[in-house]
Amino acid sequence: MSWSPEAFERAEALIARYPQRRSAVMPLLYIAMREDGYLTEDGMRQVAELTGLTPMQVDSVASFYGMFKKVPQGRYLVSVCTSISCMLLGADAVVSSAEGEAGVPAGETDAEGIVTVEHVECIGACGGAPAVQVNYELVEGVTQESVVEMVRWLRETKPDVVRADELQERFGGTRSFDPGILDAQGAVGPYPAFDPYGTTGGDS
Amino acid sequence: MSAYPQVLTKRMLEHPSDSNTISVYEETGGYRSARMALDMTRDDLVEMVKSSGLIGRGGAGFSAGMKWSFLAPPRPSYLVVNADESEPGTFKDRQLLERDPHQMIEGMIITSVANEVHEAFIYIRGEYPKPARRVQRALAEAYEKGYLGRGIFGTDYDLDVTVHLGGGAYICGEETALINSLEGRRGEPRLKPPYFPAAKGLYMMPTIVNNVETVSNLPFIIEHGADAYKALGDEADTGTFLFSVSGHVAKPGNYELPRGITWRELIFDVAGGIRNGNGLKTWIPGGASAPWFVPSEHLDDPITREACDKAGSMLGSGAVIVMDDTTCVVRAAERVVRFFSHESCGQCTPCREGTTWEEQVLRRIEMGAGREVDADLLLDIADNISPGLAWPPKMTTICPLGPSSVSPITSITKYFKDEVMQHIHGGGCPFE
Repeated sequence: MSWSPEAFERAEALIARYPQRRSAVMPLLYIAMREDGYLTEDGMRQVAELTGLTPMQVDSVASFYGMFKKVPQGRYLVSVCTSISCMLLGADAVVSSAEGEAGVPAGETDAEGIVTVEHVECIGACGGAPAVQVNYELVEGVTQESVVEMVRWLRETKPDVVRADELQERFGGTRSFDPGILDAQGAVGPYPAFDPYGTTGGDS
Repeated sequence: MSAYPQVLTKRMLEHPSDSNTISVYEETGGYRSARMALDMTRDDLVEMVKSSGLIGRGGAGFSAGMKWSFLAPPRPSYLVVNADESEPGTFKDRQLLERDPHQMIEGMIITSVANEVHEAFIYIRGEYPKPARRVQRALAEAYEKGYLGRGIFGTDYDLDVTVHLGGGAYICGEETALINSLEGRRGEPRLKPPYFPAAKGLYMMPTIVNNVETVSNLPFIIEHGADAYKALGDEADTGTFLFSVSGHVAKPGNYELPRGITWRELIFDVAGGIRNGNGLKTWIPGGASAPWFVPSEHLDDPITREACDKAGSMLGSGAVIVMDDTTCVVRAAERVVRFFSHESCGQCTPCREGTTWEEQVLRRIEMGAGREVDADLLLDIADNISPGLAWPPKMTTICPLGPSSVSPITSITKYFKDEVMQHIHGGGCPFE
């Protein structure tokens, strides 16, 4: 599968930001995920071609980092933090609830390909523990009940764009700090939503 | 918290909805310091920051000005702001990025001018897309105003800043791993020496790597002077300090405080005490890497780097994780160790294998399958990663990640040995 012309444009613009092409490998891997939904062999080959590396070198970089997913993910990646501060406030039960509602153990995707559940290490939301991310959009102060509602909502409404502030409003509780202006942008897939990578949805 | 003077969080507290915008930033005096810095000589700038006593906030406790003065030719040199905040318990940089990105950007301009840097990067962890979007918008505002790009502030000084998202690896917060990652490589730490960033950093060129909080202090220092900054702290610890307080406290959050208040004040006054009226059992004073404190020995200690060091721990990143008396310390230790085991980059055998073993032994103790020898076995494994089990830790590894995993083990051995043995003899967790 070939990339869209827009993806190539973004890739070249990103490469131009760095003194050496190789530095753009990680940004380009996110573009590859945006193009194919996850990180495919073809995607890594394309990144290799653009950065002047071998496909093996790109694979070696990609496999070092947890966010470059080399297997298909659900449309919504639900990542439950189970590090110390979240664990102290009940994160393990939150994982069980999410698993129960999705009908799969952590690390797997439901049969319809809608929700993937995973448990992750600290996501920097310790003041709003326990915390969860959906496609890396943060919700703090979740409970066993609210996470069930959230997974059900994702499966039923299938939102095009997942926004941190909207999730927080619907399913969150205590947060680490006041958010200030709300953010209209959000994620469109299981990768971080960031304009220069072409991975955002919603108004900027 | 308004009882204490604020440097870093003043604007966001006074402008709760829009402190991140350039209009609010400039209305409140923002970008004045960058202009002042452009009028100063490089030597004067470095001297000013050195004399302010600004200590790097990344956890290592190193003087920011000293770090700068190591930077030597050849050029070009680079600035990398470390926004890979990932140590369990730490969430202060996220607030600084989301709520006052211009303060950091102005700090980057000052740092760049002081070190003749024309290309700067902000390495933000991949799990922070919303903060990254905020920073990206702030950068766009600064470019539009001519505060970044070619000929900033009408001078002939060029400066470009690029946001780089990480890929989900804690180890990239270690400065040489971060540099490898920014070069498009696996985020494995490099050996120091010879790869001190100030000498052989990004693309083997001199590089400043500073934490978000560190650079965010600079606009205040330039505008108000080194003495005003020093006056906020004491001789050894100048300025204010951002604490991230989490766990079983009534009011978790980030608190900007002068150092020198006691742990009792921080936990019981500032953070509202222990939830549900429970008792305080133990706390981690400076991020998951730090040895734990207990109320019987440390509650009335002042919170300074010196006092923490003397008590065998560290203030580190300022992440305070509080545990009440319903907490099983074996489970808590297992969770901290699991983090380091998961985040080990795998380069050094003592860390790669050792952290996994530590995790497995702690888990079996918690699950009721612990053996009589396990308490000693844990210390033995730990000793292979950090010989002597001393503090600050000795290392058999390239970076301090592996040795950090030792802290929870020595802590529960020192203060809660009975509870560990109760797990082993009683066939499982007494809290279940």
